[in-house]
Amino acid sequence: MWQVKEEDLASISIGAGILGTGGGGNPYIGMLRAREMIRRYGPVEVLSSDELGEDDKIVCVGGIGAPTVGIEKIRGKQSYDALIALENHLGIKATALISNEIGGSNSLEPLIPASISGLPVIDADGMGRAFPEFHMKTFFVYGVPYVPMVLADEKGNIAVIPQALTGKWVERIARAITIQMGSVACYALAPMTAQQVRNTAVQNSLTLSKKLGDSVRKANQTKSDPVQAILEVNPGRVLFEGKISGIQRKTTQGFARGNVTIDGSGKFSDTVMEIEFQNENLIARLDDEIVCVVPDLISIVDSEKGDPITTELLRYGFRVTVLGFPAPDLWKTAKGLQVVGPSCFGYDVDYIPLELG
Amino acid sequence: MRIGIDVGGTNTDSVLMDGARLIHKFKTRTTADITGGIQTALSALLASSAKRLTVDAVMVGTTHFTNALLQRRDLAVTGILRLCLPATDMLPPMVDWPEELRASIQGHTYLLEGGLEFDGREISPINESQIRDVTRRMASEGVQAVAIIGVFSSVDPTQEQIAAKIIEQETPHMRISMSHEIGRVGLLERENATILNACLSRVSESAVGAFKLAIEDLGLSSSLFLSQNDGTLMDAEFAIKYPVLAISSGPTNSMRGASFLTGIDDAIVADIGGTSTDVGILRNGFPRESSIAVDIGGVRTNFRMPDVLSIPLGGGSLVKTSPLVIGPDSVAMRLMEQSLVFGGSIMTTTDVAVAAGMADIGQKSLVSKISRTDVDEALKVMHEMAEEAIDRLKFNSDDIPVVLVGGGHFLINDQITGSSEVIRPKNGEIANAIGAAIAQIGGQAESIFSLSEMTRKEAISSATKEATTRAVSAGADPESISIVDIEEIPLTYLPSNAIRIRIKVVGNIPEIT
Repeated sequence: MWQVKEEDLASISIGAGILGTGGGGNPYIGMLRAREMIRRYGPVEVLSSDELGEDDKIVCVGGIGAPTVGIEKIRGKQSYDALIALENHLGIKATALISNEIGGSNSLEPLIPASISGLPVIDADGMGRAFPEFHMKTFFVYGVPYVPMVLADEKGNIAVIPQALTGKWVERIARAITIQMGSVACYALAPMTAQQVRNTAVQNSLTLSKKLGDSVRKANQTKSDPVQAILEVNPGRVLFEGKISGIQRKTTQGFARGNVTIDGSGKFSDTVMEIEFQNENLIARLDDEIVCVVPDLISIVDSEKGDPITTELLRYGFRVTVLGFPAPDLWKTAKGLQVVGPSCFGYDVDYIPLELG
Repeated sequence: MRIGIDVGGTNTDSVLMDGARLIHKFKTRTTADITGGIQTALSALLASSAKRLTVDAVMVGTTHFTNALLQRRDLAVTGILRLCLPATDMLPPMVDWPEELRASIQGHTYLLEGGLEFDGREISPINESQIRDVTRRMASEGVQAVAIIGVFSSVDPTQEQIAAKIIEQETPHMRISMSHEIGRVGLLERENATILNACLSRVSESAVGAFKLAIEDLGLSSSLFLSQNDGTLMDAEFAIKYPVLAISSGPTNSMRGASFLTGIDDAIVADIGGTSTDVGILRNGFPRESSIAVDIGGVRTNFRMPDVLSIPLGGGSLVKTSPLVIGPDSVAMRLMEQSLVFGGSIMTTTDVAVAAGMADIGQKSLVSKISRTDVDEALKVMHEMAEEAIDRLKFNSDDIPVVLVGGGHFLINDQITGSSEVIRPKNGEIANAIGAAIAQIGGQAESIFSLSEMTRKEAISSATKEATTRAVSAGADPESISIVDIEEIPLTYLPSNAIRIRIKVVGNIPEIT
């Protein structure tokens, strides 16, 4: 058990950004909101799954909508409103909250309702990284129901989706509702049991985020290598190091697709890496050979500072290090790969797990 | 005839120009009150000619407003009206401001019903009597300037404009800043920029008043314009209302001047000074603007600031050997006392350049003791610093012209990796004043359009119309408007091909052709 205090938020944001693999939205606003809540209500308790009991009801909350709208129509307590509406709809009381997605600003979303309700947050999440679509959660892959799903906006509107054919259907319907709500909303999902959280969630992701962020900040303070510091906390591999020499972007069907080309330096001199992304980085090729592919994590960080760089902010000339981390085991099974394997993003390649040096 | 004046931290540089011809240039120290240096410059330029000159316009790029913010001096008591409820109240205005800046503007904050969704639907209608009440309260609280910020006001400014009208009716003396005229999408950053603008109202009035007086005192009947930080001008009345748009016009003026002097519209411009080098990139004759939040006085903002990379390489930068390190410390203005070539005891980059035969400054014999190895290594490091900065600013890997201006340009030779040619224009040391003098009046607009409801052509036309309106209200001749930049940013996770379009236009000053 530990507590998230105001001074931890900067680290969690950095770590969540690294795990966000280029997606996850703008961390600044998420951080400010969590800070306001902690200043108002005090530190938030974090429990590990082991500390849960038979009677616990754990509700997953998250934000949904367009990131560009989220920086203008800043969210308030919609995830708390969604939580209360869910409880009323089912006639239950939640005893803990969990993040849907540790990658990016959704890592901090559960802190909002946690502060207001006094509930703890579980040290786990539903992705272990970031993914663009709602149904891409480990919970659903392993049998946790994706309905009822409750959406709330800032105006007091509540929408309940009590039934849907598949998780993908929930994504479609929820997105349509979110757009009507003004493209910024939050949701709460049917509660999970302690057993479900232990078996289907990616464990210790909040702790991992904090440790990653702490290590990057410490490395910067002591002027040591932040990339080494990151790998000491989270085993992975340096896939590439170099300078961004080209970026192409295209927005289709609402998702930012594109690719970035990096000219190698140091031991990667005279080689080229190309990474394709769809909000998140999905496939990395070194001289045309695939070296890392979704669901494994591909993170681009500033070579000097170790700060994660989202796909929106990639620019020619940036000196970057590309890191590969193995995906959580939950994603690497046949079931998991059916939902987030390369073919789910349009790549006709087999998933080959990242080899660690 | 025009006079361009650029007020920097150390020097006030000025030029007298007749169309594209440079008639006279003058450099003087910037005075603490700023106006003194401007008066000196004006007098000197007028005195340069035996005959009586007709100066049609005086253009001033000034650091007045930046200084006022940094020094927290003379800031107006500010009221903040955010039209947003029930949205956004978790993060109230100034939530992330440094405490003493908040205190110095004594911000009186009001969150009211209003605001728009991304597609222009209302989050809530505004409540006119509520706005009236709040206005009366602010008046009784001694508020001198009001910042009005509506959620997504750049999609439709009507709510902000109605609120402004009400405040005007209730309190005619109140200075008003509307966010849609100042910043971009991104609530906190645009709000911050608008609040900063409001709190500078008194400074803008007194500064513009002082400049006008300086001009009149010399018997001139010239129009006064101020440089905006995007490289265009605004007339005096506009500048009084939008001082925040004049922050950081210095680097922009340098780059615009460099473009003019060389006739090149697409180039890297490196302004090498005494302590640092500012590097920017010109596209179509204007500096590329920063795409990330810009910190002003400790506050996060998002408006049109030039994308300038500043590196600690200047003529006075210290050179240390074994291991070889350049800067970041610099002897700056004490170069002529402390560097080796002037008989001092501190090795600077100027000393290295003289030792290498790249410049003829001071006494070369005084640097003959520096070893060849050290000179070569130092030059190597200096070039790498410059090349790295240049490379970071480029759009792609193609070679591009590099223009060197500033007093320290001799530090870098012509072998710059990534450059197609290296140009050191004559009069490069007053490129900033020239940039101010040759500028046109500008206006920018940004909005979000849905391409399923209008064509791309219609969307651009709509944004152009808005930008034109702004340029004209800043003083531009409506017959002379031309588009200098169009930026289209597709938006993710939004339906119907939503796209953000930014248009920048410029126009001529009406009396001058």
